[in-house]
Amino acid sequence: MELYELTCHELKEKLDRKEISSREITQAFLKRIEQVEDQIKAFVTITGDLALEQAEQYDAGEPVPGLGGLPYGLKDIICTRGVRTTASSKMLENFIPFYDATVAARLAAHKGIMLGKLNLDEFAMGSSTENSAFYPTRNPWDLDRVPGGSSGGSAAAVAAGEVPYSLGTDSGGSIRQPAAFCGVVGLKPTYGRVSRWGVMAYASSFDQVGVVSRDVRDCALVLNVIAGHDPKDSTSVNQAVPDYTSFLTTDIKGLKIAYPREYFQQGVDSEIRQVVKNALKHYEQLGAIVEEVSLPHSEYALPAYYLIAPAEASANLARYDGVRYGLRDLQAENVVDMFSRSRAAGFGDEVKRRIMLGTYALSTGYYDAYYLKALKVRRLIAEDFQKVFADYDLIVAPTTPTVAFRIGEHTDDLLTLYMNDILTVPVNMAGLPGMSVPCGFVNGMPVGMQIVGKPFDEGTIFKAAYAFEQTTDYHNARPNLGVSK
Amino acid sequence: MDREYEIVVGLEVHVELKTATKIFCSCSTAFGAEPNTQVCPVCSGFPGALPVLNRQAVEYAIRTGLALNCEIAEVCKFDRKNYFYPDLPNAYQISQYDQPICKNGYLDINVDGKHSRIGIIRAHLEEDAGKLVHQGSITTTTYSLVNLNRCGVPLLEIVSQPDMRSGAEARAYLEKLRSICLFAGVSDCKMEEGSLRCDANVSVRPKGSSKLGTRVEIKNLNSFRSLERAIEYEARRQIEALEDGEELVQETRTWDEEKQVTRSMRSKEEAHDYRYFPDPDLPPLRIDREWVERVRASMPEMPDQAQQRLINTYGLSDYDANWLTSTPQTLEFFDETVKHYPDAKAVSNWMMGDFSRLLNQNNMEIADSKVTPQYLAEMLRLIEKGTISGKMAKTIFEEMFFTGKSPEEIIKEKGMQQISDQETLQKIIDEVVAGNPKVVEDYKNGKEKAFGFLVGQVMKATRGQANPALVNEILKERLMRE
Repeated sequence: MELYELTCHELKEKLDRKEISSREITQAFLKRIEQVEDQIKAFVTITGDLALEQAEQYDAGEPVPGLGGLPYGLKDIICTRGVRTTASSKMLENFIPFYDATVAARLAAHKGIMLGKLNLDEFAMGSSTENSAFYPTRNPWDLDRVPGGSSGGSAAAVAAGEVPYSLGTDSGGSIRQPAAFCGVVGLKPTYGRVSRWGVMAYASSFDQVGVVSRDVRDCALVLNVIAGHDPKDSTSVNQAVPDYTSFLTTDIKGLKIAYPREYFQQGVDSEIRQVVKNALKHYEQLGAIVEEVSLPHSEYALPAYYLIAPAEASANLARYDGVRYGLRDLQAENVVDMFSRSRAAGFGDEVKRRIMLGTYALSTGYYDAYYLKALKVRRLIAEDFQKVFADYDLIVAPTTPTVAFRIGEHTDDLLTLYMNDILTVPVNMAGLPGMSVPCGFVNGMPVGMQIVGKPFDEGTIFKAAYAFEQTTDYHNARPNLGVSK
Repeated sequence: MDREYEIVVGLEVHVELKTATKIFCSCSTAFGAEPNTQVCPVCSGFPGALPVLNRQAVEYAIRTGLALNCEIAEVCKFDRKNYFYPDLPNAYQISQYDQPICKNGYLDINVDGKHSRIGIIRAHLEEDAGKLVHQGSITTTTYSLVNLNRCGVPLLEIVSQPDMRSGAEARAYLEKLRSICLFAGVSDCKMEEGSLRCDANVSVRPKGSSKLGTRVEIKNLNSFRSLERAIEYEARRQIEALEDGEELVQETRTWDEEKQVTRSMRSKEEAHDYRYFPDPDLPPLRIDREWVERVRASMPEMPDQAQQRLINTYGLSDYDANWLTSTPQTLEFFDETVKHYPDAKAVSNWMMGDFSRLLNQNNMEIADSKVTPQYLAEMLRLIEKGTISGKMAKTIFEEMFFTGKSPEEIIKEKGMQQISDQETLQKIIDEVVAGNPKVVEDYKNGKEKAFGFLVGQVMKATRGQANPALVNEILKERLMRE
């Protein structure tokens, strides 16, 4: 096996036993990037020199347990001091932050090795990474297909072996959906579990930083580093962080798993339903209690999300006005003209569309009918989940209604594209933790199973995910990429 | 003002809270620093920056609320007020829309003996914006610079009921509000530095009507005087318009200090839709009652209490008591002086007279002057003893004011000692009487003016140092013997 095919914990074992150095690991991944990046286009910026420098420093210093000395990539919406952070937008094409996001600082303090910044749908708005202002990222399992989004670069890079793990953000499924499309593990932690400081905001009450990894153990190792209270983020919660690897057991006897009937209905491909049903049977065989439940307000989640999230986005993205940083139109006649010309030139269509939607939803005369009503729906959805969690430990469902679609397939059909998030959005509405775990294939493309837990109970998700993974073989499957010389 | 009309005024006052750091980040709030040196990702609106509420700002808001007899909310929240402007980095201001931290308070004012209670609808926390610097005028400038130092400085916006009925009442309200904030220790309230700002809502209506007239908001009121004048002007303008059968429009007008008129800025139709919504970066703020009670227990004496104390303890007039409680420094100086010289009325007269005149003339505050309460008391004692005259005291006080020297020292330096020695004066008076037989004759013939002339001659002979009361007494006696 090549180094780039290994998981973090496998690499770490070799590193700790001094079989290999951090520099060698880093070089192996940089070489892999060189070989496949032309086909995948997962990166916006590759920081090879910086990575090698960090690796050498690691090799020269004291070893750091966990993920120390191992490479990673960051979704390019996570600010990195001194390294261009673009949100895959023309607006920020040349923006170099002078501060680190808290998660970036934590990984750096943990002596991780940053390989670069990963592509996304502009400002995290999209489900395919086609909305990147630079180029679409491709799915390593089929280069004609999308990797999902918005953290498409984060998922594709892990699936293609360009990085052993990466961070993404998930506001409506942006980690879980690409993880499912690319056959890797993707975790969106509970809202408030991980700091949002330094992460460019799309929809602040939904945005949450999470993990993309090869397997469940790696995911736990990463969450161990990034989780925890941050005094710089008032929405981060001050609650103890357990060692998530302590939940990694295969004994799940008596675990109560619910599957919502609304997630196995029309609109979700029958093959995918079947694959996830099989996974549920597998859980029964492992000793879990599996029962059908109802989340009756699920169908309203998506429309409500597309009011609240754009409303927040319309304010969050208003700061990109050309005054202090970012793209500025120099032809403008006056300041108002400069605002509109800079924003017209800097933002792509989807971003403009959501700013318009959100502005409309918040306007006098529409606020009550749209924004306020959507907030009420949000509460009903959260209550649906609460009721189920009174009796069950976890909810299991498909992550996506289809496997990865073709690039350009939904360009003219935005509703179908938005529908792709129908199974992930409700979880963000309720602020719950959710993980997508590879659970099979349909027509050669990976399928993800979504495991949703109670607030701050990522531990039980890890337990169920690990039990499934260790008794199946899906996580060992690798896409077959041709290697360019 | 036309007798048929009543003026209705409500004020929106922005008070800058004197926290060391900004409301949502740890940048300094110090005034007057080099442009853009007190900024960070949060207050300059960089991507990914998040606000964290300053606890001291909340405490100051609670303090102000208690001083204004407000209810302090158990839960309140922060909202985003959206609009584009180059001095507003996030393109939204974090403010409080429908759940302010304080509401339903009041303060009492007294204008020419008429007491009124002015309701306070609410007081809410918000962040300040930055400042634009134009090359020349805003309309002709080719470029403008942005200074973000002020962005994120905490403000408390205090909104009154439309309870004021004249420019003078509005002025009294603002002065009282300033005193309260100064006593509560929450703000410097310097209008010239913008730490106290005021917009006025003005309307007029026929006397006896309970319906409010069309409201006009006046901005750019930079002093107590411009507030008063702008309201009087605007009310007169509205009444004249109504008398001419014109219909008033709801609009925002600006006060033109130079021309002393209000000018239209924008109408209601041009008003912004701010699209307020709850700021998802800040969870609702819960204020536990224990905190409120702790703040309440720590409240110092407020202007109303102090006024009552001065009236009860020293028998001072409403007017004096009101003046002496305009700032904590004024009251402290008074209290300190009275400790050393218990004639409160005399102290108050000196403070409201020469002291206040010198402060105004030199645009100074009490803390800027060098005179101490001890020296003022000492000087007053010297007047009482007859060592110096009232006129000398004026010179001495001015000297103390600028140099901080003691009255004794100044008297010695200037040779100002008053001549109160009977024998010395007797001798001088004898000489004056002997040297002016004609005037003495006039006096005896009933010419009162002649007496004043003789006193003048005595003063001249002593270079003004003769004790005037004693001169009067001895001279009268002397002339009777003539």
